[in-house]
Amino acid sequence: MDLLLSALRWIFDGSHWQAGSQSPLPIQDRLVEHLAYTAISVVIAALIALPLGFFIGHTGRGRQFVIAFTGSMRALPTLGLLFFLLMVFGYWLSYDTAPIVGATIAFVVLAIPSMLAGAYSGLESVDRGVIDAARANGMTEWQILTQVEIPLSLPLIIGGIRAGTLQVIATVTIASYAGLGGLGRIITSGIGLNDYDLILGGALLVTFLALVVDGLFALLQRVTATRGLSDSHSAASSRPQSVTTTAGA
Amino acid sequence: MIEFRGVSKRFPDGTLAVEEFDFTLPSRKTTVFVGSSGCGKTTLLRMINRMVEPSSGQVLIDGEDVAGQDKVKLRRRIGYVLQASGLLPHRKVVDNVATVPVLNGVPKAKARADALELLDKVGLDRSLAQRYPRQLSGGQQQRVGVARALASDPNILLMDEPFGAVDPIVRADLQVELNRLQRELGKTIVFVTHDIDEAFVLADQVVILRKGGAIAQAGTPAEILAAPADDFVASFIGADKGKRHLQLQQREGDGGLTLVVDGDGRPVGVLEDGERRPGAAAS
Repeated sequence: MDLLLSALRWIFDGSHWQAGSQSPLPIQDRLVEHLAYTAISVVIAALIALPLGFFIGHTGRGRQFVIAFTGSMRALPTLGLLFFLLMVFGYWLSYDTAPIVGATIAFVVLAIPSMLAGAYSGLESVDRGVIDAARANGMTEWQILTQVEIPLSLPLIIGGIRAGTLQVIATVTIASYAGLGGLGRIITSGIGLNDYDLILGGALLVTFLALVVDGLFALLQRVTATRGLSDSHSAASSRPQSVTTTAGA
Repeated sequence: MIEFRGVSKRFPDGTLAVEEFDFTLPSRKTTVFVGSSGCGKTTLLRMINRMVEPSSGQVLIDGEDVAGQDKVKLRRRIGYVLQASGLLPHRKVVDNVATVPVLNGVPKAKARADALELLDKVGLDRSLAQRYPRQLSGGQQQRVGVARALASDPNILLMDEPFGAVDPIVRADLQVELNRLQRELGKTIVFVTHDIDEAFVLADQVVILRKGGAIAQAGTPAEILAAPADDFVASFIGADKGKRHLQLQQREGDGGLTLVVDGDGRPVGVLEDGERRPGAAAS
């Protein structure tokens, strides 16, 4: 308990947020780096995974291949991949760029499977009858994708992005092994100095960051949940006046 | 006029859904394809708007082969109503009805105003326009489906068992309503059902199908009722069980009412005095 309190006291110590403090401080710089690495990796992963997932979900083609492929990607240990990429890129690239490129690729690889799964399983979950009707009404395949399939599966698609983002936030901690910043820097310094406040404080910050981002995504999922599908907007609750029966049907 | 010329359809799994189907559907009339499941009636219907491509043969609309037409444009000028209504669950009723006009580039405000008028036409209260499909009853959803199919004022209306999923009372309502609409609009309607009574209520022309889209008999409801072509048709319309041959029976103790009974002596109604009503429904 003392350990935890001490770590919390360390986090809330104003001097640790002072700009220009000695590395690994100030905390906000590490937080911003952590978020920046996460955002860049997630955006790149989304640019790869979402179009591919939409293609698979819409056409039903290549599903088996992608399931097998993403399964094996999930099994890759990210730390191992990071060191491997550092070695490879360290040979080709300069001392400054190799860690960034290597780490980003490792995080992208980590984030792709969940996003891909969210995208194609989301599209597959859309009622076939609705898609059939949309097509029979003369929607082009692109219109079916953008006006029917994606809006109807948005919560699942965002769910995939959410899972991928959280994995990346947790894993960006190891970026410090590549000599990069992020909250992992605080933890590795703590280990080096045998300073439990730094270790636990850094870990708590990562946890806190993950929870906040997760909460934001949860909110986004709620907002995008199709009004026509969600129970909270059923006839009974959103329309207090009695149902008109003049139609007789 | 819709013309099927030597149309066959073999699905990739090898089943032959339709074999050498030849038939012409007159314009501005209701033609009902009726048959048990697996007779190829839905396949025939979906060939008209190219939701299914025939393996061989041609489908022509007013003499023009649909195979040479752009699928999307073709579908936008043919109304289509499905069993499960197929409404877009994330769009309000009014936007569902306006779907095709909006796709065709009609400004949204105009399309919505037109959609409201269509709701009147299919007998739905305008207050339902701002609801989502799942806030409506099954019968109301079907009416919205019909309104959507009519939105671009198509000449042809394809209806694939549209009233199959609603309860019998609502179904009867919808059938009467469709007849009223058809008298008003005069569309070329192709209707698919497995319910022979529904076929008789709606059709100018009934086509009874066997397996593989083979025509067992085609004709007006009266022609088919009066002279079933063979045992298959007779059993399909229930004539073999005497269901279609009605007799009058006077029973004692019924206050002089005349009872109408079927071939098994099962009462189906009472005979009312008065003039024959011309044009009353056949069933």
